[in-house]
Amino acid sequence: MENFNPATALAGGVLIGTAATLLLALNGRIAGVSGIMHGVIWPHADDSAWRWLFLSGLVAGAGAWLWLAPPAFSARSGFPLPLAALAGMLVGFGTAQAGGCTSGHGVCGLGRLSVRSLAATLSFLAAGMISVFAARHVFGIAS
Amino acid sequence: MSGAAIRNAAALFAGLFFGLGLAISQMVNPKKVLDFLDVSGHWDPSLLLVLGGAVAVTIIAFRFVLKRKGPLIDTKFHLPTATHIDRRLLVGSAIFGIGWGLAGYCPGPGIAALSSASIEALVFVAGMAAGSLIYLRLAVPRD
Repeated sequence: MENFNPATALAGGVLIGTAATLLLALNGRIAGVSGIMHGVIWPHADDSAWRWLFLSGLVAGAGAWLWLAPPAFSARSGFPLPLAALAGMLVGFGTAQAGGCTSGHGVCGLGRLSVRSLAATLSFLAAGMISVFAARHVFGIAS
Repeated sequence: MSGAAIRNAAALFAGLFFGLGLAISQMVNPKKVLDFLDVSGHWDPSLLLVLGGAVAVTIIAFRFVLKRKGPLIDTKFHLPTATHIDRRLLVGSAIFGIGWGLAGYCPGPGIAALSSASIEALVFVAGMAAGSLIYLRLAVPRD
């Protein structure tokens, strides 16, 4: 528990919830990052501009904070890139299949009291915990 | 400004807030995420407060937003219509969770971490786009 950061975790969470509320109240859209990304890489309508802008904002907003308040933590180094690629493929495939990720099903779905999103959230949390247990404690992958 | 231009600006604004929240809460640091998922190790509950803080906002604010006839600068809400819990949802979420636990990135933090010019985040996001494309190509009928 030595790295527990309750105040900034809560503050960041409130900001994320506010961002999701803004996008729904203004544009009527769900702030699900995987869904927004899928609409960019698989364009089926002429509505990809706002998606690119949301994703650009995501990078710029995080970048602005990291620039203003350089993190105390050291960036992870030496993480195997093939593993990063595999992890990315599983995340992309799985979120496309499930129609959402931590933000779409988690932040927004739970906010809408969706039982479907609750089921998805419990499923990816459980799988994530099993995956970390296997990677760290069974296979000894340092991460 | 046209309606589309205002919606694009709103999406950028929401994305900025979202990215800021991810950085302030340190969710762009994959080690924090893995330490949350690692319930048998040195458990770090920070992510729970991030999700809790975000859902505390959406669960209250979405009620008021969704009581309105529509969003402020679009004609209607674009909400998911599926409510059923099926194998596709649970398996997809589990596949996502496995990838999440391997590298410590879900879609939002993975994309936001691009702001720190991290090679592993870049490889993760490329893998994520590829994995999504594979699923969408398999599942979406082409005509």
